[in-house]
Amino acid sequence: MSLKKHILDLRKRKEKVEMGGGEKAIEKQVAMGKMTARERILAILDQDSFTEYDLFVEHEAKDFGMDKKQLHGDGVIIGTGTIYGAPICVFAQDFTVAGGSLGLMHARKITKIMDHALKMRVPLIGINDSGGARIQEGVNSLAGYGEIFYRNTIASGVIPQISVILGPCAGGAVYSPALTDFVFVVDNISKMFITGPGVIKTVLGEEISMEELGGARVHAETTGNAHFFANSEQECFEQIKKLITFIPWNNSKKAKEFPPKEPLYKGNIEDLIPSDPRNPYDVRDVIKGIVDDGDFFEIQELFAANIVIGFGRLNGQTIGFVANQPMVLAGVLDCDSSDKAARFIRYCDSFNIPIVTLEDMPGYLPGADQEHAGVIRHGAKVLYAYSEATVPKITVILRKAYGGGYIAMNSRHLGADFMFAWPTAEIAVMGPEGAANIIFKKEIDAAENPEEMRKLKVQEYREKFANPYVAAAKGYIDSVIEPNETRNILLHALEVSEGKDIVHPDKKHGIPPF
Amino acid sequence: MSDKEELVGFRVHTMEYQTKVTKKYANRKAWQAPDPNEIKSYIPGTIIKINVKVGDKVKEGESLLVLEAMKMQNQIAMPFDGTVKEICVKEGDKIPKNELMVVIEE
Repeated sequence: MSLKKHILDLRKRKEKVEMGGGEKAIEKQVAMGKMTARERILAILDQDSFTEYDLFVEHEAKDFGMDKKQLHGDGVIIGTGTIYGAPICVFAQDFTVAGGSLGLMHARKITKIMDHALKMRVPLIGINDSGGARIQEGVNSLAGYGEIFYRNTIASGVIPQISVILGPCAGGAVYSPALTDFVFVVDNISKMFITGPGVIKTVLGEEISMEELGGARVHAETTGNAHFFANSEQECFEQIKKLITFIPWNNSKKAKEFPPKEPLYKGNIEDLIPSDPRNPYDVRDVIKGIVDDGDFFEIQELFAANIVIGFGRLNGQTIGFVANQPMVLAGVLDCDSSDKAARFIRYCDSFNIPIVTLEDMPGYLPGADQEHAGVIRHGAKVLYAYSEATVPKITVILRKAYGGGYIAMNSRHLGADFMFAWPTAEIAVMGPEGAANIIFKKEIDAAENPEEMRKLKVQEYREKFANPYVAAAKGYIDSVIEPNETRNILLHALEVSEGKDIVHPDKKHGIPPF
Repeated sequence: MSDKEELVGFRVHTMEYQTKVTKKYANRKAWQAPDPNEIKSYIPGTIIKINVKVGDKVKEGESLLVLEAMKMQNQIAMPFDGTVKEICVKEGDKIPKNELMVVIEE
């Protein structure tokens, strides 16, 4: 063959394989409202930045007539590219090729790009769209999953790992996303479950649809498995790209700095909150009032909404925000919100992102269901995560900080670097009513009019203790600040924390209350 | 997030707050003390065999029925000496977890 012929031959081979499962299968994929694996990769990455590897990989399975079947790329596409210039490793399962089922070579391709991502210390994006294990390949496909999980775990906290669920992701396959940092789902397209509706019906007689069992909304709202919910694949890709701008490439780097911008909100910060601690407000308005350009990128918006987590920038630097949400369940900590906050705090700590905590909460949620669901061990995760974190940690107490909640929400006692409080802060062992009832029980019981006496004593307690000054007198609060000073004082605190360096005792790893 | 009508009074310890509740919170089940006379399924499964009938006197440890779940045949044993008062399932029934199967009395 002449040189030209060789090149033409290569092009022809590529063209054929790039068609994946062929026209009919692609038509089916489109009919399901889904993009093809290749389209997805190209939509996420910067234009013309994608370079593919292992295009010509083929499976080696012989049983059940597999030796006669050719599966292009073995049902998965791997490669590298960039997002806004950041290097990215990516794999995308191709549902048009044998339903994206995972066989040995399919898994080998995935682990190859994972190894590459870890070695090069760059983020990994995995797009899941697969019917599950390739049954014909038996234990080889199980081996493949295990090798993926192992790599997910080893890479955890070293490089950002992002999972995108754009089709079925069932059985063992769900555990790779579960081990990664952020899971993206799309309404009506993502399906995640360990045991499908079919088996559940046969074994238990329970009828449930795929969507109700493990659809995008279920994982975004109820299970907390998903971190980002989108209505379309395109919206999902925009979310991924935005996330990439907030996080560093790996754990030895800082997130990219952006040009500083003023917040969009020009009003008074104190006007955003009601003074009566019993009345709600949306704490996200406060965050948006503080961060650059009013741009707050919320994570797990629909799950455990009584706590708000997400990224924003202060003078161009990425900050992780953790805030109680008085608008939902009065902002209490419970099992779900503790899990949500603790994991995010650990993420920020792993990837050198300072944490700002905005506190306004009445304590842990009371109830037999919470106690039995393990609110002790779940709640302990928040204490663990805050105490362990060595990134700059700053707390602003907006209103209530009662009891265990005061300790848990990044208090001085757990190692906060700076503690600020608004003059509206109430830092106390419990709310004034409860405290007065206990402390002044004798006086109240002995009074001619106990109700009058109770009111009097509650008022007395409130004036004396329901403020930030008792804690400030002990040095537990560094400064009582005006709400409008919040942004500037945070900027200053971050500036002087730039070189923070604390060293904990050497250990293999701690034993967090998982 | 600003619809005032969704706000409800929500008690945490001694204070009542105005706030919204999550679906999960609204759907939570109130705790109920278990009744020792009610034998409920501890796992979802299929009733394979019923070994007693209403009125039978049964000794502690004797099998009331067999509940097959996850390919295991589980003997559901009498927790104390007593009488079968009511049988709420029949052979072949597929039942969920916490389903009332047998009512007994001492």
